[in-house]
Amino acid sequence: MQPTIIMRPDIPDATGKVDLQVRLSGLELFWSHGAVRKTFILLALAVIWEVYARMLGNPLLFPTLTDTLISLWSSVLNGVLFERTWASLKILVLGYGVGVLLASALTILAINTRLGTDLLETLTATFNPLPAIALLPLALIWFGLGIGSLVFVLVHSVMWAVALNTHSGFRSVSPTIRMVGRNYELKGLRYVFKILVPAAFPTILTGLKIGWAFAWRTLIAAELVFGVSSGQGGLGWYIFENRNILDIPAVFAGLLMVIVIGLVIENLIFKTIERSTIQKWGVQY
Amino acid sequence: MNAISRPSSRKVEHAAASPLVEVNNVTLRYKTQEMMITATKGVTFNVNRSDRFILLGPSGCGKSTLLKAVGGYLQPDEGTITINGRKVTQPGADRMMVFQEFDQLLPWKTVLGNVMFPLLNAARLSAREAEEKARQYIDKVGLGRVAEAYPHTLSGGMKQRVAIARGMAMEPDVLLMDEPFAALDALTRRTCQDELLQLWEDTKFTVLFVTHSIGEAIKIGNRILLLSPHPGRVKAEVCDVDKINVSDGSAAKLEAEIHELLFAGEEH
Repeated sequence: MQPTIIMRPDIPDATGKVDLQVRLSGLELFWSHGAVRKTFILLALAVIWEVYARMLGNPLLFPTLTDTLISLWSSVLNGVLFERTWASLKILVLGYGVGVLLASALTILAINTRLGTDLLETLTATFNPLPAIALLPLALIWFGLGIGSLVFVLVHSVMWAVALNTHSGFRSVSPTIRMVGRNYELKGLRYVFKILVPAAFPTILTGLKIGWAFAWRTLIAAELVFGVSSGQGGLGWYIFENRNILDIPAVFAGLLMVIVIGLVIENLIFKTIERSTIQKWGVQY
Repeated sequence: MNAISRPSSRKVEHAAASPLVEVNNVTLRYKTQEMMITATKGVTFNVNRSDRFILLGPSGCGKSTLLKAVGGYLQPDEGTITINGRKVTQPGADRMMVFQEFDQLLPWKTVLGNVMFPLLNAARLSAREAEEKARQYIDKVGLGRVAEAYPHTLSGGMKQRVAIARGMAMEPDVLLMDEPFAALDALTRRTCQDELLQLWEDTKFTVLFVTHSIGEAIKIGNRILLLSPHPGRVKAEVCDVDKINVSDGSAAKLEAEIHELLFAGEEH
C-alpha cells in the first residue's frame, strides 16, 4: 500500500495577521534599563540622607548631602581633591600593574610545570587569607614612609586574587578547546595567549575585578594610616587630614570621591571590557 | 554484494600504492584513577588517499581513542601509526580534527576568524591569503552570509559546518572526524551528511570518520572498519560501501548484515 500526502492550503488566521512582535510601551522600555532603575535608587538614597541629616541637625556627626556636595565642589574648584585623587590613582595603577604582572608570571609557571602548580597553590593558600593592610607595619619598616610601602601592600592585595582566578580559569578550559589548540601546533606562550587566555577570559576578568576592588580598598586604608611624604598624600590621607581638623563635610566629600572612583572603574572600564569581550562572544550574559 | 572480509584475509583486498595512514598493530591504553584500561588491542588498518574511512562500533570499542591516537593526542603502547610514512608523535595541522562538541569553535572569534585561525597560526599564511581561503571554504559549506557572526549565534548544524570548513581550509592530509553529527537533530544530521558527501565530490579529501551509527557509516563511507568492544579489536572490514544502492534495498541488507556482525553472540 502506498501512503498518500495531502497538501493543505495555508492555515488562515482569524484576523489575517499574526502578532509576532509587539512593541513595548515607552514607560516599559524606560524602566527596562538597569541604569534607570539604579539611578532611581540612588536618588531615593540621596533624599533619605538629606532628610535624616536635617532631622539630626548635627553637622559634626553627620553633615547634610548639600553641605557635602558644597564641600566637594569647593575642593574640586581649588584642585585639592583632584590632586589627592590623582596621587592615589598613580600608586594604584603602579601597584595593580605590578601585581597583575607577577600573577601572570606565576600562573604561566603553574600551568606549565607541576611544581609551579604546587607553588601557586601553596602561596595563594598561605597569603590570600592575609589582609594586605596587616602587612603595612612590616612594609613601613622595610620600605619606609613612601610609595614603596604602598605599592608593596597593593601588590600583595592584587596578586593572589588574580593568580587564583586566572589559574582556575585556565584549568576549566574545555578539553575540546585544548585539543583544538594543540591540533594547530600552538605551544608554550602562543598556546597560553592564543587559546588559554581568551578561553578563560570570563574567570580572568572576575579575578581582575576582585583584584581591583581589593587594591582600591587597601590603598585608601593604607593612606589613612600615613600620608606619603611632604603632604602629597592621596585620597585616604585627605579624609584623615580633614577629620583631624573636624571638617566633616570634607570627610564625606572624600568618601564620596572614593565611591565615585570605584563606580567609574567598575561601570565604565570593566563594563566596557565585558561588553566588548565576553558578552560579545556569548560566554556570559 | 559487498565484500565483508575478516581481518585475516585482508592482504588480498587492495594492493594500492603506499597508504596514506597506516595503523599497525596498535594497542592503546589509558589510566584512570585506579586502573589501566585497554582501549584497543592490536588494531591494524590502512587508509588510502581519498578514502572515506569509517571506524564503526558500539561504545567501548575504542574508536574515538583510536582517532585521537591518529590525531597524535596519545601514544600507542604497542604498534605504530604513520602518516605519509612519518610516525605520528604529536598533534599536527596535517591532521585536522573535527569534534562532536559544539564548543570546538573558539567563542572569541567570528566564523571567519575561526576558519582563519589555523591558517594564520599553523599554516602561517598572510592575513590576506588566509582570509581569501577561509571565505572560499565558508562559502563551500554555505555559510557566507554569517561569516562575521560569533559562534554563539549559530545553530548546532552551522557550528559543525564551520568546524568542517575550518578543517578543510587547511587542506590537511587527512580530516579526522569524531562523531561530528552525533549531537545534531535527525533532520540536520541528514543535511550535514549530504553536504559532507557533496564536499567530498568536489575535493576528494581523505577522511577518517568515527561513528556508532551503522546507517551513517554506510551513507558516508566507502570503507568501514568494524570494531568489537572491551577491548577494541577489528572484527571485519567492509569495502566498496559506495557501490550499494538505497533504492534496491542493498543498503538495508548491508545494514542488517553489519548489525548481525557487531552484535553476534550477544543476548538481547
